[in-house]
Amino acid sequence: MDLVLVFAALMGFAILLYVLLDGYDLGIGMLMPAAERKEQELMVASIAPFWDANETWLVLGIGLLLVGFPVAHGEILGALYLPVAAMLVGLMLRGVAFELRVKAEGWHRELWNWLFWAGSTLASFAQGLMLGRYVTGFEAGLGYWLFAAVVGASLCGGYVLLGATWLVLRTRGELQEKAVRWARWGLMWVALGVALVSLGTPLASETVRSRWFDFPRTLGLMVLPAATVAIGLWVWLTLGKSDSKPFAGAVAIFVLAFMGLAYSLFPYVVMDKLTIWDAAADDSALRFVGVGLVFVLPFILAWQIYSHRVFRGKVHQGIYER
Amino acid sequence: MEEALTEALVLSRVQFGLNIGFHILFPTITIGLAWIVAGFRIRYEMTRDEAWLRTYKLWVKVFALTFAMGVVSGVTMSFQFGTNWPGYMNRVGNIAGPLLAYEVLTAFFLEATFLGVMLFGMQRVSGRVHVASSVIVAFGTTVSAFWILALNSWMQTPAGHTQLGGALVAESWWRVIFNPSFPYRLAHMLLASGITAAFVVAGLSAWRLLAARSDGAALKTLRFGARLAAVLVPLQIFVGDLHGLNTLEHQPAKIAAMEALWHTERGAPLVLFALIDEEHGRNRFAIEVPKGASLILKHSLDGEVKGLSEFADRPPVAPLFLAFRVMVGMGVLMLILAWGSQFWLKASPPRWLLWAFAGFTFAGWVATLAGWLTTEIGRQPWLVTGILRTADAVGPASGAKLGASLTAYAVTYAALLLAYMVTLTHMSRRG
Repeated sequence: MDLVLVFAALMGFAILLYVLLDGYDLGIGMLMPAAERKEQELMVASIAPFWDANETWLVLGIGLLLVGFPVAHGEILGALYLPVAAMLVGLMLRGVAFELRVKAEGWHRELWNWLFWAGSTLASFAQGLMLGRYVTGFEAGLGYWLFAAVVGASLCGGYVLLGATWLVLRTRGELQEKAVRWARWGLMWVALGVALVSLGTPLASETVRSRWFDFPRTLGLMVLPAATVAIGLWVWLTLGKSDSKPFAGAVAIFVLAFMGLAYSLFPYVVMDKLTIWDAAADDSALRFVGVGLVFVLPFILAWQIYSHRVFRGKVHQGIYER
Repeated sequence: MEEALTEALVLSRVQFGLNIGFHILFPTITIGLAWIVAGFRIRYEMTRDEAWLRTYKLWVKVFALTFAMGVVSGVTMSFQFGTNWPGYMNRVGNIAGPLLAYEVLTAFFLEATFLGVMLFGMQRVSGRVHVASSVIVAFGTTVSAFWILALNSWMQTPAGHTQLGGALVAESWWRVIFNPSFPYRLAHMLLASGITAAFVVAGLSAWRLLAARSDGAALKTLRFGARLAAVLVPLQIFVGDLHGLNTLEHQPAKIAAMEALWHTERGAPLVLFALIDEEHGRNRFAIEVPKGASLILKHSLDGEVKGLSEFADRPPVAPLFLAFRVMVGMGVLMLILAWGSQFWLKASPPRWLLWAFAGFTFAGWVATLAGWLTTEIGRQPWLVTGILRTADAVGPASGAKLGASLTAYAVTYAALLLAYMVTLTHMSRRG
């Protein structure tokens, strides 16, 4: 078995889980100003037990990049230096604001609310910007930066979709109805974003173009966009009718987009420059951590599933209903 | 080119030092506080006394806020190894990476996941599961310290590695982790955390008592914090001495700089205070205890202590000398307060004493930061002793980029730190 390949797969898995998990709580952060004060409390309560652990997947993803592909870690984060710094400042502000907003009163509280929104938005946009820069191999030029900005806005839309469908799942009544509207709005952004990125990436990158537009393989590959469109429609149609299907659909859209991205990149870890084998760390390091991953990852997943089970159900007045 | 590189090096060091210095503040509290809070929770489970429940609920809030500060600043740390010190990752990434990864895998997830259950799950899980969650969180914070201190100690006293091409790889993970200075450093850090948390508990309780004299729960936690400190500080002095002897064995230049001993001598004096004249290699206006350094370091009056002139690579003396004195000085002050207060704490404590504890709320931070500066500056010019020089590890980020991000980080940290401290004091005063 190829240790490097396994390691790359695990790293991808950690990053995907990060996007899905922190995605819904970042999305809720961005939706805060759209809600009434009472609703905001419910929204925050629906993510309060989870956000610390959700964010930990980012540390694991970056940690695995650092351990498994140290050269790529330096290369990627060096090239993304300023967006990374912006994301980190955003994550810091929202994390601390999340804790402090409940403890503050008056204008202080409003300030922390605002920072919670601003931090969530900054972090989400910066992550999309990083993704946009990453898939185009950090090419210089205004066009590439514009493309990255579009990806940034799309990812914000995607997180809003995750957050809103999460609220559909976890709330009822008026807030749930609002969440349905937010989710539709997010879905439209996602559709626009996915379309632009799907067209833009092959245009921007020779490698991606040759990988996707290579008949007859292309026909088989079209399953991916077709499934994405179908699921998008399904989310649209089930919104307002089902509590859980829209969230499941939103997750599926992210998983499909991730698969498409992985296919575009593989085997590169830095587009057109470094393959995962070029960048891999020494076998001794990979094996030492790999063993740990195989043993510990099931436990981590089990704890988080347990935690999500403990806090399942609808939230009510900031306290969980049984 | 030379100049630009130096600028990047200085800015990189300042930025990383700022980040890690900001981050260290919060784990220093949470590692100790987690066990204290778990203790409160267990007391409630055993006694079913509502007062313990109230105490638990108050302190778990303090814990959650501190933990969140630690999480967000920790996320930042994980990015900066690559962005600021690529030379470090290229050369010792095969060792540093896995240790950091194990910290995330075995500790970070454990804490972060069960923290949710601990904070919000009291109505949803059984008492036993809730107690277990609190203990698991505390255990996670300690395991976290284990891995981080393993890496830090390895950088100070590397062992168990072998050269492979341009990079190092582990030969024996056991020896990498349990390197010569690790047990001392871990014990020293865990005790520092216990003391810091004890003073936070005593200090915030004192703030509460200053606002509401009759709060019985606050008086209880004040006594608890003071007593805990009274036990831990002497223990820390003992462990600190052992740690010093270990450093003398493995990093003698660091000790020589801490004590400002320029030349090797028998019966070396203990320099209490002096103006360090780095250029001429001497101390001015020194106040010394004759034979003191020999007594402390060699446990004999005429033991030979190596001076700075023996070492080609040596750390800057003045900051080390000063930082070490700040740490020891804070330790002594904390010992005096913890022991001296015991008599007055039996009855209702006088106001001046409450003010003293309130003022010492974050005293542990000062001592910990000073101690951390001592050990990290003491390792210079090496990043990994004998293996990698700090100057060879710096990244390609330009001075301008670093300047921009450094400003953003500094402003954010200052604001968050202020908000954190103000919120805690306000929260305590409200009760």
